[in-house]
Amino acid sequence: MLNSFLNISQISMEFPTPTGSFKALDNVDIQIDEGEFVSLIGHSGCGKSTVLNVVAGLYEATEGGVLLAEKEVNEPGPDRAVVFQNHSLLPWLTTYENVELAVKQIFKGKKTKAEMHDWIEHNLKLVHMDHAMDKKPSEISGGMKQRVGIARALAMEPKVLLMDEPFGALDALTRAHMQDTLIEIQARLNNTVIMITHDVDEAVLLSDRIVMMTNGPAATVGQILDIDLPRPRERVSLADDPQYNHLRAEVLKFLYERQHRPEDKVA
Amino acid sequence: MSARAETMINNLRSDKLSKLVKSVKSLKDVNWKEKTWSGLRQLFLPVTAICVFLALWAIVASQIQTSLGQLPGPTQVWNQSLTLLDEHNEERAKEAAFYERQEKRNAKKLAANPDAKVKIRTYTGKPTFIDQIGTSIITVVTGFILASIIAIPIGIFCGLSNSIYQALNPLIQTFKPVSPLAWLPIVTMIVSAVYVSDDPAFSKSFLNSAITVMLCCMWPTIINTTVGVNSIDSDLINVGRVLRLNWYTKILKIVLPSSVPMMFAGLRVSLGIGWMVLIAAEMLAQNPGLGKFVWDEFQNGSSNSLARIMVAVFAIGLIGFLLDRFMLVLQRSVSWDRTATIR
Repeated sequence: MLNSFLNISQISMEFPTPTGSFKALDNVDIQIDEGEFVSLIGHSGCGKSTVLNVVAGLYEATEGGVLLAEKEVNEPGPDRAVVFQNHSLLPWLTTYENVELAVKQIFKGKKTKAEMHDWIEHNLKLVHMDHAMDKKPSEISGGMKQRVGIARALAMEPKVLLMDEPFGALDALTRAHMQDTLIEIQARLNNTVIMITHDVDEAVLLSDRIVMMTNGPAATVGQILDIDLPRPRERVSLADDPQYNHLRAEVLKFLYERQHRPEDKVA
Repeated sequence: MSARAETMINNLRSDKLSKLVKSVKSLKDVNWKEKTWSGLRQLFLPVTAICVFLALWAIVASQIQTSLGQLPGPTQVWNQSLTLLDEHNEERAKEAAFYERQEKRNAKKLAANPDAKVKIRTYTGKPTFIDQIGTSIITVVTGFILASIIAIPIGIFCGLSNSIYQALNPLIQTFKPVSPLAWLPIVTMIVSAVYVSDDPAFSKSFLNSAITVMLCCMWPTIINTTVGVNSIDSDLINVGRVLRLNWYTKILKIVLPSSVPMMFAGLRVSLGIGWMVLIAAEMLAQNPGLGKFVWDEFQNGSSNSLARIMVAVFAIGLIGFLLDRFMLVLQRSVSWDRTATIR
């Protein structure tokens, strides 16, 4: 088990508060193989984002740690690119320039100017945003912004792609569209991905495994579900698939029977 | 659905349709009419207000007798503004004549004796109203640029580090409300003590005014830059961390552009304050400029003085307005936040 690609090893996380420390995570242990797509699902406030931030290196775990390709994670870095929920594009740069900022920083001295240009275009094409390279984020829709955010993350050639509710702020149709794009990209690139989601269908449709988390405080891994649906997956035909519906029901059962939705005191 | 209701709906539909067709047909016409109307209104309202103001002014002025005669109304002020322009042109003509005479004299001298020493004297006529305006603008711009050079970095550091902010905030809050009149004596004493030079590049009075302007107008820029830098979306900072941008790149690519709209809002307030401060400083310190013009006219006490001071008041107001417009254009051009209304 020690030599899994991404080893989230028994991490606990405590945040200091005025009324003493608050234990958000307790002994979270997840092993992820290279090329695996893992979803983290759980109710709001269960610490999913905290897990992701620890892997990203934005937070430091109080106990335990994260090993990526047998190296300890202790600071943020481009090998763990993050797609934030609110796109977090720099609003004063065009979509091209937003990706360029990342590419210039990471491939400085490794790629020529022309190669960088091609690489930026290539990644924007992957997410079908090559038509809006000169648009500012304020001029494109929410879904488009998120596409550019994904292009920027992919352009970093990360070892792990971390996505924090990437489609949470989008309407249902746009979200379905984005999921299809993500399936398409995943089929081509076979990235290692951790995605946080609230959406049961999204988790089952996209993942190889779903990690279901218990409610906080002191949240931990409640159950891990293998999604052995064959790929390529297609949302319409899966809707009638008994196996798909069984898996979907498993997640729902976990979320609504074993883990009651907490009172909305922890947002 | 009853047949009647259906016909009603159909009627409504066709009614709407015909209206739509009509409105499309007359779209060009209506647009043009509406534009002209709103344009006229935009012109009409301020012009009316100005007329009312001038009328009230004329009536009130005719009622007030001062030791310098009757309070001047709009007509006298207008006449004085023309006189001031004439005086300026006369002075320029005199100056040109002076240099012409000097050149001729020197040429004659040189023709008689090629080894003769020629002296070139500069014209020493008194500065005109227009000259004073020029001096004031140069001074305020200098003070404002000095203030910005100091205030923007301080603001950035305060915004980035809570400790620096906590350390500097009491000082900033204490110095912010200090009047230019309080700074001026200190600035004057320090400048005369420190700035000792046989061939000064700037006159002391210029430095006094510019430094006073700087001291009074850097605070809004500091505070706004601090707020701008401090309120950067933490996701954007995290993007910088994930990319491992170094400190310098982070400032240049994320912090500065992100705080630019707030920063420019602060700069605009600063320039406005600087302009107000300058007039007061010039008045008190007898530094050349519009303030000195006002003070000189007040001391002069001729029957025209009040009208001439009023010309200065309008000039000060108009220039302040133009400076603000200039900053507004600048602010709009650098603001990436298209949703914000800047006025």
